[in-house]
Formats: sequence, C-alpha cells, structure tokens
Amino acid sequence: MPLTDLPDAEAQCAELAELIRPKLSPDTALVGIHSGGVWIARRLRELLGLSDEIGLIDVSFYRDDFGEKGLHPQIKPTSIPFDVEGRALILVDDVLYTGRTTRAAINELFDYGRPASIQLAVLADRGGRELPICAEFCTWQVDLDADEELVLEADASAHLQWRLARHA
Amino acid sequence: MHNPQLNAHGELTHLLSIDGLPREVLTHILDTASNFLEVSDRDVKKVPLLRGKSVFNLFFENSTRTRTTFEIAAKRLSADVINLDVSRSSTAKGETLLDTIDNLVAMHADMFVVRHAASGAPYLIADHLRRVGRDDVHVVNAGDGRHAHPTQGLLDMYTIRHYKKDFTNLTVAVVGDILHSRVARSDIHALTTLGAAEVRAVAPKTLLPTAVEKMGVRVCLNLAEGIKDCDVIIMLRLQNERMNGTLLPSAGEYSRCYGLTPEILALAKPDAIVMHPGPMNRGVEIDSEVADGPQAVILPQVTFGIAVRMAVMSIVAGN
Repeated sequence: MPLTDLPDAEAQCAELAELIRPKLSPDTALVGIHSGGVWIARRLRELLGLSDEIGLIDVSFYRDDFGEKGLHPQIKPTSIPFDVEGRALILVDDVLYTGRTTRAAINELFDYGRPASIQLAVLADRGGRELPICAEFCTWQVDLDADEELVLEADASAHLQWRLARHA
Repeated sequence: MHNPQLNAHGELTHLLSIDGLPREVLTHILDTASNFLEVSDRDVKKVPLLRGKSVFNLFFENSTRTRTTFEIAAKRLSADVINLDVSRSSTAKGETLLDTIDNLVAMHADMFVVRHAASGAPYLIADHLRRVGRDDVHVVNAGDGRHAHPTQGLLDMYTIRHYKKDFTNLTVAVVGDILHSRVARSDIHALTTLGAAEVRAVAPKTLLPTAVEKMGVRVCLNLAEGIKDCDVIIMLRLQNERMNGTLLPSAGEYSRCYGLTPEILALAKPDAIVMHPGPMNRGVEIDSEVADGPQAVILPQVTFGIAVRMAVMSIVAGN
C-alpha cells in the first residue's frame, strides 16, 4: 500500500479531540501509552485546553508476554503527575489491536489509585481483539493482514504520520 | 571466550561479575534501573513482573543491607522471597553447597541470590545448573569472597551517573582496603568498562592486591595525592575482621594516614561526591563531618541500590 493511501495522522488527532470534547468532565485527565499514545495525548491536551499535565505510561513491567519475551529492551519512564484517585481517565494509544497493551496499562493505572473511570481513545482500530476491550473514541477502522503493522512516527518537526511496515 | 553469564544470544542470564560484561549490558541495566526508581514512589510499590517466581536469598555470609535490599527489590517485583540463613542450617550439618542447591531447585526455585565467603561460589552454582540442564534457574552474585560484588558496583555506577551524567571526563578515587574488597574490584571493572578518564587506587601498599595496575588504575600511596582534583571518591570499609595483624600498625595509624577528613576532601573538586558502600566505620576511614556533609551521597546509594537490583533480577529472569 503506497504511503498516499494512509490518512493524515494530525487531522485524525483533531478529529479525535472533537469526539472527546462533548464527553469532557472537570475531572478528565489524559494518559498516553509510550510512544505514539504520548504524542497523541500531548496533541489532545492542547486541542482540548486541559490544564493538567498528561500522564505517561510504559507497560513493560505489566506485559503478559514477559515469560516468553523477557524484559523489553527499551523502557521509558512511567510518570503520572496527578492523583488518579477519583479521576475520569482517558487512556490514549495510537493503534488498538489485541487489547493486551490496554489491559496492562489499566492494571498499571490501578497501582496508582482508584480512578472513577477509564476510557480508551485511539487513532486506529485494526480489529484482532484477544480480550474484551473496545475504544470509546476512535477515528479509523482499518483491516490489515497479520504480517502488517501500522507505525505512528514523528518527523524532525514533530509532525505525526503513519507508516505501514511489513514483517517477514 | 565463553562467558558463563551470557546466553547464546549474548543476553544476561546470571549476574556473576562485572568483569567481562560489555558496556552495552552495563548501560542497559542502568537505564532499566532508572525506570524502576519511580515504582518505589507509587501508592502500590509493586509491579507484577516476577509474580509467581521464587527468589531464594542464600547468604552463607552475614549481611543486613544487601540481603534486605535484595529482598525489597524482589518483593517490589512481586516475587516470593525465601531467606535462608544457610550458615546456621544444613551447611552446619555437613551438606555440600551443590546438594543445598539441588534441594532448593527441587523446591522449584527460580533464582538464587548468593553471598559466599569463597570467591567463585556463584560461578560454581551457575555452572552446576547448566550441567544439570536447569538454565532456567538464575544466579545473582551478592558478593563472593574478595572477588566481586556486581550489584554494588552497578549501584555505585548508577549513583555516579545520577550526579555526574557522564563517565568520560571523570577522575574517580577508590580509597582504602582494596586488597580485601570485592566492591573495589567490581567498581574498578565497571569504571574502566564505562570509560572513566582516570581511576585511582588509593591505599597503603599492604592493602593493595599485587599487580593492581593491570586493572587499569593509577596507584597512589598518598591520600592527598589520590584525592587531588577528583570528581568522585569511593571510600571502602576497613575490614577489621579480615586483617591478620601484619598489614597495618593500628586502626588509629590507618585513620591518620587514610581517613577522609574535611581538610583532605577540600583537595578534590568542589562538586566532588563522596560514596561509601557501608557499613561505615566513623572516625576510621571517614570522618562524621564528611559522612554527614553535603558532598556525601551514601544514603542515595542505598535507595538506588533497590532500583538497580530490581533491574538486574528482572533482566536475568527474562532471559
């Protein structure tokens, strides 16, 4: 699939913000999953004019494939700069696939306290769920082959764009 | 050369010694540790990485700090920790080290944290596990004889990197009883691997191992010369229990020549940090004024030690 067929990720961020806007409450806080989800959460915070810093989450310590794959070689720090107790959290990721990353992120968030609610916002949903998880906010339903992977990238000027990778 | 700590893919499966580990492995451990530091500040100070795993603390030699920090680290990874006071149990009844290991493996141990008075004991255990086909059981050296104390070496490197950011321009003095010190050996190997500009071994001749220069250090027999313009000073404990009388005239004499006082510390760079692996002999190798002063980072070392041990245990358990 040539690059021109992929949608504009920046426009999708704006679209996602408009999906979220009517559901915002004074308690809403955003938590981005490294790396793509963090970029998107930063955009959303700006577009929605939220005052709280975003939370950053790396699910490496909560993954369910540690037994098979070991520790992920590149871990980024988890940082939740607000009290999650009683908050309405929106978890942000780039692509929703099996749902395992979302499961790990939810477990991690609960180790910081008891949020009032957690919703999921993603740019792309490629199906293939292995857990009962769905996204409340999603801008793009896409069918991909099993050997294909959607990768969200930030170029030198921090502009977000999609790339389609194919694995052997 | 075969490195018994690494698997066929060059990944760390045991941590036995810093000697022979590539810089990338050390850096990876330090990077991982920085992410574990934050876990200790959470509401729930735990991550589920080692849930259901059994970590056996096998201390054939006394230790409070190291055993406790390994125990805390394992518990923050959600492992089950079993502390065996081996010096007072089966070994006293005549069981061999490897029989003890076989019994614990039969109890489904996943990891051994080993401290032993004999240099090489953790190697012996790792080699035995390989020969009996139990590569899935991991060994972490918590100090063996005079040989190595790799997690202390790594937490010292973490501390230095935290305060100094980079190793390449650093002058580091390791001061004191280097002869008996496994910490000194691990620190020196780590510093040279990570590219410190100059590592000095500062001690009286009787407390230096033979051919210590071959480890890549500059020997300084005089404390003032050794401390001058240093960025980092690592003080070692005078190991009274390992002294056999002929090495030093007295602790008082040692203190006069090699004790770190505020006057001597003033010779180092103004922003130099002072480290000590503990337990300290106040008034012997270090003055209280220095130990409690603004340049001492001795308590942060302890805090970083937990994160570093979490990193080591989760990396080896995953490989």
